[in-house]
Amino acid sequence: MTAKKFWSWLAVFVAVVYFILPLAATFEFSLRMRRGTYSFDAYRSVFSDERFASTFSYSVVMALITIAIGALLIVPTAYWVRLRMPYLRPVVEFVTLLPLVVPAIVIIFGYLRLYNSSSWLPLTNTDTGANALLIFGFMTMSLPYMYRAVDTAMRTIDVAVLTEAAESLGASWPTILFKCIFPNVLTGVLSGAFITFAIAVGEYTMPSLLNRPAFGPYLALIGANRAYEPPALAMIAFAMTWISIILINITTRLQKGAAGAR
Amino acid sequence: MAATQPLLNRRLITDWLGIAPFAIFAIMFLIAPTVYLVSGAFLDPNGNLTLRNLIDLFQPNILAAYVISIKISAASALGGAIIGFAIAAAISLGSLPSWVRSAMLTFCGVASNFAGVPLAFAFLATLGRLGLVTIILRDVFGFNLYATGFNLLSFLGLTLTYMYFQIPLMVLIITPALDGLKREWSEAASILGASPWQYWRMVVIPILWPSVFGTLLLLFANAFGAVATAVALTGSSLNIVPIVLFAQIRGDVLHNPNLGYAVAFGMVVITGISNFIYIWLRMRAERWQK
Repeated sequence: MTAKKFWSWLAVFVAVVYFILPLAATFEFSLRMRRGTYSFDAYRSVFSDERFASTFSYSVVMALITIAIGALLIVPTAYWVRLRMPYLRPVVEFVTLLPLVVPAIVIIFGYLRLYNSSSWLPLTNTDTGANALLIFGFMTMSLPYMYRAVDTAMRTIDVAVLTEAAESLGASWPTILFKCIFPNVLTGVLSGAFITFAIAVGEYTMPSLLNRPAFGPYLALIGANRAYEPPALAMIAFAMTWISIILINITTRLQKGAAGAR
Repeated sequence: MAATQPLLNRRLITDWLGIAPFAIFAIMFLIAPTVYLVSGAFLDPNGNLTLRNLIDLFQPNILAAYVISIKISAASALGGAIIGFAIAAAISLGSLPSWVRSAMLTFCGVASNFAGVPLAFAFLATLGRLGLVTIILRDVFGFNLYATGFNLLSFLGLTLTYMYFQIPLMVLIITPALDGLKREWSEAASILGASPWQYWRMVVIPILWPSVFGTLLLLFANAFGAVATAVALTGSSLNIVPIVLFAQIRGDVLHNPNLGYAVAFGMVVITGISNFIYIWLRMRAERWQK
């Protein structure tokens, strides 16, 4: 028994060292900007760079639009498939898993070929079009997580009974969807939303190949040209990931609590 | 019969209308782009069917990129799986305090999502020429890491970096499988006189191997498709498939668009096969988790 405990603690210890060391090193490096002493100069420099604010807010806005459109697309689809077309579930699930099979770089490569300036739908010609492509790309990448989260939340409610009850009270389709279904799967939407947010804000490949002024390409640009700002940015990114995960944990706990109360 | 037919059709039409937005989205932004590239891999510039592009994948430059990509992905998946399994076993079966388990799982959730460009920065600050670990090894232990030929922008460096998100991913996926090992099984085995080794060999491994092997494939595909970390870490100095494809999309460095499609097709084939086997194995494994 003691041997088992010893090996368990050893494994945990090795893990902690492997996980903490790069973070500690990054933090230490980010403090080295002023010669001979530790300071937060690198962070000051990051926050005073106006491209930081502009690219970051651009990425946040894109992520929020992705979440809104994604929820409006996924929730009715998951609802409809459960209610009216259960025979299509395997197909829809398969499609939502495809983005795990096709890497993001391949998907965006396809966009650039299908929707370039000489194609039938020249989306890359205008800023709006390119932004739309980026949003659709983010939606595609988050599809497996968003669909799974919403579908799991929908499993705990009886869609058919809710719909019949609402219909017999004279509710229209929009009322059913937005007043009955959405509130009931909100926790699923939220946990899907945080994952989407975490994916979209830091994403490099897609915005970079679409030439969008997003946070990911900005990070890479700083990484290529500066010494002390990149570790500071890495610490900021790590803190943001941490916040997203904590929010996901809170919402899944709420979801479990709601399912248990029912 | 004639009277019910139109009714049925109307219902069918509303059914399909309800799913139309999703279908259109999926076709336009997921299926069509993939099909376009995959079919492009089998066409020559004039639009005739050919296998030339796929054969051209075996030219030394591209083949080398695939080989090093597969090596890095396999090494980081294997290393991540072994270390991740040890950690998962420790927190699941090691009778450690429960806070260790929940702290480790939360941290793994964060670390498995900590990828891309920031991860590259973190490892440059750790094992780069001026990184903390490099400096400590040099000043405290008198060991010059870079004199041994180590380079972060290499097979070993990239593998170590990828393992930072591979290990936590393994922990997150395999811990539930380990939790699914019922205590009764080990008790039953020991009552029947099995040694711990026999219990592992004849009960645990047959139950867990689909999960472990499946996750290994998932980690492999995960590393194979990772672009941002590699680009940010190495620029374009390391010849791996995602970087080749990235450069090809940027400016047709292969001087043959259809060969570019073939490179993309090769990526989809490799991540596709590993993911399909993963999903199939996971369905097998879930039989034991109910």
